[in-house]
Amino acid sequence: MPSLKDLKNRIESVKSTRKITKAMQMVAAAKLRRAQEAAEASRPYTARFNAVMAGLAASAGGGDAPKLLAGTGSDQVHLLVVMTAERGLCGGFNSSIAKMARAKAQELQAQGKTVKILTVGKKGREQLKRDLEDLMIDHVDLSEVKRLGYNHAQGIAADLINRFNAGEFDVATMFFSRFESVISQVPTATQIIPASYEASDEDAADSATVYDYEPSEEGILATLLPSGVATQLFSALLENGASEQGARMSAMDNATRNAGDMIDKLTIEFNRSRQAVITNELIEIISGAEAL
Amino acid sequence: MADTMQFDLVSPERSLASLQASAVQLPGAEGDMTAMPDHAPTITTLRPGVVRVQSSEGDAEFVVTGGFAEITATGTSVLAERAVPVAEFTQDMLNDFMSDAIDARDNATPEMLDDLAKRATELASVAADLGLSANA
Repeated sequence: MPSLKDLKNRIESVKSTRKITKAMQMVAAAKLRRAQEAAEASRPYTARFNAVMAGLAASAGGGDAPKLLAGTGSDQVHLLVVMTAERGLCGGFNSSIAKMARAKAQELQAQGKTVKILTVGKKGREQLKRDLEDLMIDHVDLSEVKRLGYNHAQGIAADLINRFNAGEFDVATMFFSRFESVISQVPTATQIIPASYEASDEDAADSATVYDYEPSEEGILATLLPSGVATQLFSALLENGASEQGARMSAMDNATRNAGDMIDKLTIEFNRSRQAVITNELIEIISGAEAL
Repeated sequence: MADTMQFDLVSPERSLASLQASAVQLPGAEGDMTAMPDHAPTITTLRPGVVRVQSSEGDAEFVVTGGFAEITATGTSVLAERAVPVAEFTQDMLNDFMSDAIDARDNATPEMLDDLAKRATELASVAADLGLSANA
């Protein structure tokens, strides 16, 4: 039976934990709004870009298409780009991405493929390090980044394309979490190299338009494919950012609620033992008086 | 003939403009061009330069660092890698753009070199046009 003082300390400590989780929840809510705005702001670009690329890719689908589009003709070496958060305390966000990537890596290895892993974000690296450390080829650190910009995505994309051109891998797949809502983030795998652009039904009507190309169709395709990789990475990073804050917000909301429940329970226990102590003292006084 | 068309300027980070324009001047990869309503459908890559938009609400100018433009009879959309309204374009931003272009040039493979060297020069000429100096 804990003493009254122990219980009191316990309640105080849970209360301060609750204050922290409450504050984290509010910070996450504010950041989530910003992240969502950023993700929304990038959507028109991504949508248009994909529509144009779908048209270009469809018409350039011949044998002499650039390697970024057509692939190397082999799928022996896979690169997994695992994007996670730089910080924890966001529920199952990092684990679910890492779990998905690990499952994919094991599946590919079972098929006899070579797997390489590039991690973006510290948490995914820590989780995958345990059993897949020898597959890791590089890590992109974004912990110093306050505001995620397109240039970060461009940096990662340039690195990927250099490795691709150097023949380090044949297929690149990125893992990130798609933001559905505050309570639901879906871990997703998307193949980025070779790129696949599919026209949506809406764009199919547009792609009937015959465009003039300047400089040339191939020229444009060659310029745009690297930006395409950057665009896909950027929108994945933004989705991931929003997902992270959403996951943190709901995790912290739960934690705050649990702390509240715990305080209630401890307070009841505290009051009971306080009453027990008073009763005890009264009995002692009364029996003392009776003995006289 | 319609005398205006839809003009959109978007960058990955934000959407900068969406309005009815009567003419848009673009720094196309193979030379400047002006898109007006009922232009033949064209897709062109852009070199670093200034996009000028004429509309009933007045003219607007944006510095872009490259990207591409899709022109159709009813609208023009510019997808810029980075875009800034000319009024907000500062020496700091220019230095930033410049150092990016120079970094890219220095890390490039020989076949990309020409292209990227051109980028740095183009940026310098944009800077001169806008009265900024390009000593990055």
